[in-house]
Amino acid sequence: MESEAKPAENFVEHPKTLAELRAGIVAGTTKAADLAASYYDRIAQVNPRLNVYLSLTKERAQAQAARIDDLAAKGDPLPPLAGIPVGIKDVLVMKGAPATAGSKILEGYCPPYDATAVSKLEAAGAVLLGKINCDEFAMGSSNENSAYGPVRNPVDTERVPGGSSGGSAAAVAANMAAATLGSDTGGSIRQPASFCGVVGVLPTYGRVSRYGLIAYASSLDRVGPFAANVRDAATLLSVIAGHDPKDATSSPAPVLDYAAESDKPPAGLRIGVPAEYFAEGLDSEVRTAIEAGIAALEAAGCAIKQVSLPHTKYAVPVYYLIATAEASANLARFDGVRYGPRSRDSATLADMYRHSRDEGFGAEVKRRILLGTYALSAGYYDAYYLKAQQVRRILAEEYLRAFAEVDAIVTPTAPTAAFKLGEKTGDPLAMYLADIYTVTASLAGICGVTVPCGATKAGLPVGMQVLAAHLNEGTAFRVARAVEALYAAAARYSLA
Amino acid sequence: MTAKVTVEDVERVAELAHLELKPEETPRMLDDLNAILDYVAELNELDTLGVTPLAQVSDLLDAAGQGVLRDDVLRPSLDRAEVMSQAPETDGVFFKVPKVIER
Repeated sequence: MESEAKPAENFVEHPKTLAELRAGIVAGTTKAADLAASYYDRIAQVNPRLNVYLSLTKERAQAQAARIDDLAAKGDPLPPLAGIPVGIKDVLVMKGAPATAGSKILEGYCPPYDATAVSKLEAAGAVLLGKINCDEFAMGSSNENSAYGPVRNPVDTERVPGGSSGGSAAAVAANMAAATLGSDTGGSIRQPASFCGVVGVLPTYGRVSRYGLIAYASSLDRVGPFAANVRDAATLLSVIAGHDPKDATSSPAPVLDYAAESDKPPAGLRIGVPAEYFAEGLDSEVRTAIEAGIAALEAAGCAIKQVSLPHTKYAVPVYYLIATAEASANLARFDGVRYGPRSRDSATLADMYRHSRDEGFGAEVKRRILLGTYALSAGYYDAYYLKAQQVRRILAEEYLRAFAEVDAIVTPTAPTAAFKLGEKTGDPLAMYLADIYTVTASLAGICGVTVPCGATKAGLPVGMQVLAAHLNEGTAFRVARAVEALYAAAARYSLA
Repeated sequence: MTAKVTVEDVERVAELAHLELKPEETPRMLDDLNAILDYVAELNELDTLGVTPLAQVSDLLDAAGQGVLRDDVLRPSLDRAEVMSQAPETDGVFFKVPKVIER
């Protein structure tokens, strides 16, 4: 273990919002090229300690920054994210850049196309800095399943940043990007946002195209943004959201100006608090912080109501059956034929598949493929997979009923603050339970935002999860803004 | 649904999934699968008779049944040379693999 951890040095408050950064570029006081260079300096300074970036896309970033600077010099109108430096979780593909998904099985693979969310960001003027570390194939809750080593939490480097988008959360917390993209299948954006003290968004299923997202569990996978504040995250969502002919599950619903939605005061909103999310297993300091956030919402004019989601305790079993079943099918494509390394010296095709997959996949990925294959296999399909899908409907309909009575539901994002590296790696089930408050929204397809909501006595961030009904991101952002306002005046963490 | 997984089950499932487990990996996977399956057996408490399975949430969002299928029209796909450049073994037109049929 490294003993020279200096948390406060890694963790920095973002000096400027996206709007302020863009204003500097529009006014000509900041060059996009200089801004990108300053972020690369910052990355060079802290990446050795945090292990956030797996590869940098400097040439592409510099070319984009030059385009933005040319536009600005000519006085042309600038796009909404002009010059904003953004990092990309390495499960989203960028043309010509290494795509690893945190796995050895894709080592050396440079895809020939961009993910839709990536191309939308760039079309909006963003400068893409590089590819960010994550749990292998987005399977994990601590970032310890990356084949390229764990990311460390900038707030306390002896602790995990959460997972699977731990690098994307840590990058924002350590100001190694102005904002990042991540993916969330069972909590992989919301939980690391909570652990690192940043804002993370779970868009409604279908709100953001999955084209170019390396698939884990396709009926659950979402792409979403991380940022240092709610309004910035809302700005990014408006850029990446929208229908995409390349993703049949993407929604044709109109995209709103979510930043403007987030500006609306929350007074009058009905906020549901589900008792099931405050039961046994919730850390008492996390509870205290979330209750303070709820009190702030009441003070801001929201009506707080108790709601009941009695089937919540079944969500983790349902999630791990459905997600692993889908993963076992999705990951069948990694077989040493089309991309990534092929195992040498296999006499037959079947041996080549087996050896390539054995050498390429890590233990957690194998565990989930085995579990999913078992749940789908003859004789067990009805008992496991079908049963899980039936309970999935019960869980989803339970949320729909609750949203007939309230506009948003608030809960802790995770039962604890960030845990220590190695604390849960020996016990997969204990690791799965880190997702206990996030998986239900994944199964139901609803949207949500994790927003910083105070800290434990040790200074570890606590995140509140604000959930809203399908396509009601605007409401989730409004509520999150009110919670954020509570902490904006005070130092957010004792470490700051 | 409470049936215990055996070593033979793990080996059978690994074969189905084209996974090779090292001898030392099998006991660990066996223990983990049994622990996880014991845990998910909680679902047996619920009576789900007559509940329609929910495979994906578009069902919930598209109650009107309008669907989101696009017209089936030809459009350009990825460039073959760019795709093939990423393959471990190729002749430029096809992916090459070890011999499938012995003769």
